[in-house]
Amino acid sequence: MKKPIISVNNLVAKYGEETILEDISLDIYPQEVTVILGGSGCGKTTLIKNILKLYQPFAGSVKIFNKEVTNMDEQEFDDILSRIGMLFQNGALLNSLSIFDNIAIPLEQHTRLSKNVIEKMIKVKLDLVNLSYATYMVPAELSGGMKKRAALARAIALDPDILICDEPSAGLDPLTSASLDELILKLKNLLNMTIVIVTHELASIHRIADRIIFIDNGRLLFNGTLEEAKQTDIQEVKTFFEVGRF
Amino acid sequence: MEYRAQSLFFDGELTKHTVPALYDEFPKYSNQTIFTLDLQQVTKIDSAGIAFIDEILSQLELNPDESLSMNEMVRIAYNTFTSTKLKHVKTENKLDFFTQLGSGSVDFLRSIKDGIYLIADISYWSFVGIFNKKGQRKGSVIQQALFIGVDALGIIALLSMILGLILALQSAAQLRQFGANIFVADLMGISMVTEMGPILTAIILAGRSGSSIASEIATMQVTEEIDALKMMAINPIRYVVVPKFHAITICIPLLVTASTLIGIFGGLIVAVTYLDLSATVFINRVIEVVTIRDAIIGLGKSYFFAWVIVIIGSYYGFNVKGGAEGVGKVTTQAVVASIFWIIILDAINSLIFYFNI
Repeated sequence: MKKPIISVNNLVAKYGEETILEDISLDIYPQEVTVILGGSGCGKTTLIKNILKLYQPFAGSVKIFNKEVTNMDEQEFDDILSRIGMLFQNGALLNSLSIFDNIAIPLEQHTRLSKNVIEKMIKVKLDLVNLSYATYMVPAELSGGMKKRAALARAIALDPDILICDEPSAGLDPLTSASLDELILKLKNLLNMTIVIVTHELASIHRIADRIIFIDNGRLLFNGTLEEAKQTDIQEVKTFFEVGRF
Repeated sequence: MEYRAQSLFFDGELTKHTVPALYDEFPKYSNQTIFTLDLQQVTKIDSAGIAFIDEILSQLELNPDESLSMNEMVRIAYNTFTSTKLKHVKTENKLDFFTQLGSGSVDFLRSIKDGIYLIADISYWSFVGIFNKKGQRKGSVIQQALFIGVDALGIIALLSMILGLILALQSAAQLRQFGANIFVADLMGISMVTEMGPILTAIILAGRSGSSIASEIATMQVTEEIDALKMMAINPIRYVVVPKFHAITICIPLLVTASTLIGIFGGLIVAVTYLDLSATVFINRVIEVVTIRDAIIGLGKSYFFAWVIVIIGSYYGFNVKGGAEGVGKVTTQAVVASIFWIIILDAINSLIFYFNI
């Protein structure tokens, strides 16, 4: 049995008095693609942000790389974060910087690599996401899909051990979405990356998912492999796999 | 890293953690004759490792197809992450001096043309908007007047009072020496009515309301709210700018009047406490020296200052480029440009009335 790379135990998340996630426990295993599913507003993004301490969990514990992170000091947690890449829903590129400079940020901040090596790495990562022509553009000059691809290039700049993608296919055409899936699989195999994805794209799920986590109204409804998810009797999960939407 | 038989041998991990040290070590071997980079014993490699290998190949001017000896794992990683097969990426265009000059001139002329169109649009819709409120949000003029006028009154009053005190104190020291104490009233009256009241109010409004107008419109532009208004067949100038234009037109004479009176009151305090003048003498003297013409000049130019603030704020707001950073930039530019044009207009006004053109 593989040891989980991320382990969440009895996590509770709240915005003010409102409970968003209730008693969530789950494990994410290394070198697998785990897809988090659930209707809009069910708490998927909140779950990810709580795991990454972007929001402080109300209760419960989170272990990443087998280390308890909920009460970890900032410096130690920064080391953990440098091994995790995150693709945000809207890209979250820094608007004042070019795409090149956006991708250079983690490389300059977390490594001692020389300028030439960094430049080569950036150009390769942009080529991987088919965005070489936008190297010196600023985010405002890019479309939504292009911004997302540039943000993915930034997320994989450091070849992270864990890549977390919040709705990576949203706003992308089917071909780009499929090529993004291929890229994700390639990264998983090549760099032994663990990938966590929030997505609603059924085609994408079939292509890449190893494991499915299904959240409904802040509660964990299903946690298992893709095959198990397809055969489950849980109505919400069944409906999703039958009609491809919530 | 080891050099043997015209080859450079690598073993173990070639990752972002080990590359910096290897990069520092490499110059030791750069003078050697190297034909091959042997990566057979590499156990782990990432994109930083591949970029490092590419860098060495480029420094040694070696062909990757002929000079690399790799195991299967490294070969797969190399084929994915090598930069040697990338298409040439066009670098940033550096324009020569004359191209920059030409492009700058065209941009300048275009900005003047856009400015004139905007002034025409604002003037037209502001005039039309007096009689026809269609296309404006209900209560928006009052809301804007409260923000531009009422909310600004406190700071304008405080600064006018301080300015009045300073002006009177500075002049009092000189006037006392010549026994000309009474002339402090002349100075306070004329300077506050024709110059200090209008310009102080305008500069505060430029900083307060001008920045707010520019940032509000720029944010609306960046977040596509302006496009959304257009799609709903609503003229953005009429909906967003005209209420501000009407509000500032209503508020500016009131604010200038308040600023002027409070400034003169500051002078009165100094005159009574420091120059031994009675309040009645001071007030009578002010009324005597300040003419209706002075008041009209002061209030008249303040309208132009106010309109300049709205027009420049709107111009920069509508012409924002980029995202959050662009909003910050145009806000600063709008305030600086507003203050600049307020002072230029004031200078023109002074020349006109000094020479009675």
